[in-house]
Amino acid sequence: MAKRSVVPFGPQHPVLPEPIHLDLVLEDETVVDVVPSIGFIHRGLEGLVSKKDYKEYLYIAERTCGICSFGHGNGYSLAIEKVMGVEVPDRAKYLRVVWAEMNRIHSHLLWAGLMADAFGFENLFYQCWRIREKILDMVELTTGGRLINSVDTIGGVLRDINEDQAKLILNNIRDIETELKAIRDTFLEDYSVQTRTRGVGVLTKQQAHDLGCCGPLARASGINYDMRVLGYDAYGMLDFEPIIGTDGDNYSRCKCRLDEAFQSIDLIRQALTKMPAGEIAVPVKGNPDGESFIRIEQPRGEAVYHVEASGDKFLDRFRVRTPTFANLAGMCETMKGAQYADIPLLVVTIDPCISCTER
Amino acid sequence: MSKSRIMAFTWATMKNLFSKPVTKNYPAQPIQYPEGARGHIEIDIDECISCGLCERNCPPGALKVEKPPKGTWSINRFDCIACGYCVSNCPKSCLHMVTGYQEPMDEKFDYSETRPHMGEEWVKAQAEKVAKAKAIAAQKAAEKAATETK
Repeated sequence: MAKRSVVPFGPQHPVLPEPIHLDLVLEDETVVDVVPSIGFIHRGLEGLVSKKDYKEYLYIAERTCGICSFGHGNGYSLAIEKVMGVEVPDRAKYLRVVWAEMNRIHSHLLWAGLMADAFGFENLFYQCWRIREKILDMVELTTGGRLINSVDTIGGVLRDINEDQAKLILNNIRDIETELKAIRDTFLEDYSVQTRTRGVGVLTKQQAHDLGCCGPLARASGINYDMRVLGYDAYGMLDFEPIIGTDGDNYSRCKCRLDEAFQSIDLIRQALTKMPAGEIAVPVKGNPDGESFIRIEQPRGEAVYHVEASGDKFLDRFRVRTPTFANLAGMCETMKGAQYADIPLLVVTIDPCISCTER
Repeated sequence: MSKSRIMAFTWATMKNLFSKPVTKNYPAQPIQYPEGARGHIEIDIDECISCGLCERNCPPGALKVEKPPKGTWSINRFDCIACGYCVSNCPKSCLHMVTGYQEPMDEKFDYSETRPHMGEEWVKAQAEKVAKAKAIAAQKAAEKAATETK
């Protein structure tokens, strides 16, 4: 048996946008075990419900993460609306889908760029982020913010998308679709990229199931697990099928995410076409009293929101289980048996969001 | 299928060489914000009634309202998260979200505006108003009592 040695990885590392520490147990160049540690950027956001009233807290909830901020605001709003029995107007539901899917595209493109950067394809990295910038411009045009949207409210949304903006979005996403196709072809067909993705970091369907993985990580391993099929917001009124992979390796995860970006473009198109006219929000009076549990699909996977209230303007309890937290165990499993040089790629491959995880 | 995509990227490189850059030449070229972009909060201080609702509903606690006679409205723009919740809570609609971000500084400070016509004269005028209203109320009460006695 080769001599074992422990190599620390992180919390500061060139591939890590956020801090996570891994103790890698190596036998020569092969990783045999991984011990993750988190807790570097815990902010105690859930505890703030005792200091901020439930309407004010929405703006804090959506600042849990900078990339899927709309999803966090949406999940929190849905949880409060469920407790209070608020029926959101149909137009607001469609608008929420449009913004959530824009968030998904820019999150997946951010990931694609970081992935390309991790395997040393700088040109591809810049191409991904160039397309992402166009999405961010559309988000800024319609919501007022590039990453933090602050456009969701309890009972609906605060801003509408007018006809001119809808036309502009439809035109832009057509161009983005063409550009994205070139990116997808490179990720999936280029042989030098495939040397870093094919058969690397395999997570079998059974392992993904046993470790409670979610999102593209689980779907790439063949698990049909997409919370959008529950039909929250307007997803129940749109046509889509979850994108499922088979191999569970880096390649499958790339394919899953890039195909989801195309699916998001299709969903935005459907939502903007089918969106009915009408109100975008209903007034909400009183305080929440009860308990609710909401699951939504964020770019990185399933996010769970639990709210407890007792008729006071301050919530008793708010809990969010974010997708990266669920996927950390899966990430460690993909690393076992991998080469040390593949570790940065395997960290990026789950699309980690440590701010979400630590809240 | 495995093949090389080097030609696709060579084409992209050539295209980039002869096209305008995607990035903006900031700060030489100022950024064009879209209409409705959330940058920072401005107040129309003439309309402000110092109710303090914006201060009570500010998630990061960046706002501070001093009631008359001071009548000031202060914001720490470095703490402000530009969520716009104060704007939606203002009963007089005197708060506005405008484009353009706070420029970086070497220290945090409060930007403050004072309501016009505040100060000692304003206090004296308010006191006179209150005294006049009290006198009218007392006169009415006396007249009512006299009518009831008759």
